[in-house]
Amino acid sequence: MAVLSFGQAVKDALDLAMSMDDRVFIAGEGVGVSIHFDPNLPTHGLLEKYGPRRVKDTPVSEAAIAGLGVGASGLGLRPVVEIMFFPFITLAADMLVNHAAKLRYLSGGKSSFPLTVRLKAGMGFGAGCQHSHNLEAWMAHSPGLKVLFPSTPADAKGLLLSAIFDPNPVMVIEEMLLYWIKGEVPDGDHRVPLGKARVVAPGSDCTVVSYGGAVYTALEAAKTLSKEGISTEVIDLRSLVPLDKACLLDSVTRTGRLVVLHDATKFGGFGAEISAIVAEEAFDLLKAPIRRVAAPDIPVPVSPPQERFYKPSPEAVAAAVRSTLQKG
Amino acid sequence: MGSEQAGAGLKKAMYEEMVLIRRFEEKLIALSQEQGKLIGMQILAYGQEAVAVGMVKALKADDVMVSNHRSHGHLLAKGADPKALMAEIMGKATGVNKGKSGTLHMAVPEVNALMTTTIVGGGPPVAVGAAFAQQYRGTSNITVVFFGDGAAAEGSVHEAMNLAALWKLPVLFVCENNCWAGAQSLSEHCCLTDITRRAAGYGMPGESVDGNDVEKVFTLARDMVSHCRSGEGPAFMEAKTYRMRGHGEHDHQHYVDKKELETWARLCPVKGLRDRIVQDGLATEEELEVLDKDVEARVEEAVQFASDSPYPLPEEALQDLWVDDGVAQ
Repeated sequence: MAVLSFGQAVKDALDLAMSMDDRVFIAGEGVGVSIHFDPNLPTHGLLEKYGPRRVKDTPVSEAAIAGLGVGASGLGLRPVVEIMFFPFITLAADMLVNHAAKLRYLSGGKSSFPLTVRLKAGMGFGAGCQHSHNLEAWMAHSPGLKVLFPSTPADAKGLLLSAIFDPNPVMVIEEMLLYWIKGEVPDGDHRVPLGKARVVAPGSDCTVVSYGGAVYTALEAAKTLSKEGISTEVIDLRSLVPLDKACLLDSVTRTGRLVVLHDATKFGGFGAEISAIVAEEAFDLLKAPIRRVAAPDIPVPVSPPQERFYKPSPEAVAAAVRSTLQKG
Repeated sequence: MGSEQAGAGLKKAMYEEMVLIRRFEEKLIALSQEQGKLIGMQILAYGQEAVAVGMVKALKADDVMVSNHRSHGHLLAKGADPKALMAEIMGKATGVNKGKSGTLHMAVPEVNALMTTTIVGGGPPVAVGAAFAQQYRGTSNITVVFFGDGAAAEGSVHEAMNLAALWKLPVLFVCENNCWAGAQSLSEHCCLTDITRRAAGYGMPGESVDGNDVEKVFTLARDMVSHCRSGEGPAFMEAKTYRMRGHGEHDHQHYVDKKELETWARLCPVKGLRDRIVQDGLATEEELEVLDKDVEARVEEAVQFASDSPYPLPEEALQDLWVDDGVAQ
């Protein structure tokens, strides 16, 4: 067990995968030589270690980057391609949605496309809505793509290693502001199974379900609420597709209350799916209406007070939890 | 590029394959006119047989091919089983993709036909990835990707050609310029008359060829395949041909000048090769008729097989999405 930053944990997974299996290569804009020089960035130092055969800096060509992953995986390699900012996925979307996700199905199960796409996401750095836009609901709405969204360094490593060696296309969303947070990370070939949520903090009054950096917002809210005598269970989904419905339903069975939290916009967001599953499968166990806490339905603003306003706050989560506990 | 000619045996083999593609698609035309016999859109390569056959004949069996919505010729030329293709076109369980791909998206990995995409311009980026895998593993194989003049207007083709040239990937871009993209003639969507001129802009060799002359296609293809195989990077072939049946069988070509169709009908690639084979004394009319009958029997056998085959079960639609999961979630 070592203490690593989230970014170093991602690099640990890439490094290990490349050292274990020559089929693994990485490609993207600045994965070799980046304009940034920071050991906490996930591909830092890999070009020096593995050389330009396996660490491929590409032109600014998202469709070609994604196509590279699709075609190379179709011939049995294990590509790990990077999309520099999540909203740039629009330029790669045809390769991912129409090709990576569908080609195995269209082949009648004859072909497989085991590529991993690392999507660098998040907000809070004033870059604006064309660099900050969490589109995980789009990805999750394309059957054939697995979608992961880690929150801790240990999961960042364990989920990425599982993704790289999963025989299906996997989208791994990395929240960039988490790159510098530190945590204990198991050594060696540590894999976190896909489709297993994690109870981050146990509780008995209300379940708060989240993923990615929003998990920390949920934990902060839980801390505030505990001072008021309210026991909040915080669940980190980690994997949106496949989804750990059992963990979700088990928690709601015990608490009878649900708040769903994400940093993406609310309308048509992934929280709507979580809410619908619980409403469909555990309605009679609910003691209060489900509440969603999410960003307002606007592009991510750039002005600092407006960007802070956009991101769901611990106060908003705490208020939502309190509202589920109100009687009458 | 050089000019080594196709030999007599090869010419007859190419003729046989072109006849197979032609008869196969003629059967699709007939079946599509019978209510309920065929599902979906029938998008035919009728008139473009020489491009598929001349190109694929220059490949090795383990070279990879990426096709597009006008795929039947490419797949038959690559060696796909006509029975399994016909069953797939009818959506049957015995189809090459168990009825999952239908006529438009057939993948035949057993003959290294990696995929067929209906997304115009979707093929080149995937072909670049396949060619990368070939280069990465140090093989001498190449990938060929077929796309049309319409696809040449897609941004994805630009990205793919740029990356292929930059990394010297063994990929052969074959642009079948069939004069039409939807209801637009070439001059309505492209300022160039020779799309091949774009190749120089990416730093790769490019050449146009009469796409209705299978021998010329083969000769150029062989040189370009050899270039790609040698590690010198990609190449670009523009095969000038004609879309004889419109975009698909649902297109009655009301916007096409009849004289243009008549002109190109006279340039039929199948008849052209047949005439040359007879003129050159490589085979007699009678010998070719026997060969034609054999091919027709194979097509009939494919139709019979496909017609007699069962449809897949409705719930089998849930299978084949994920590796390791029998059924979708």
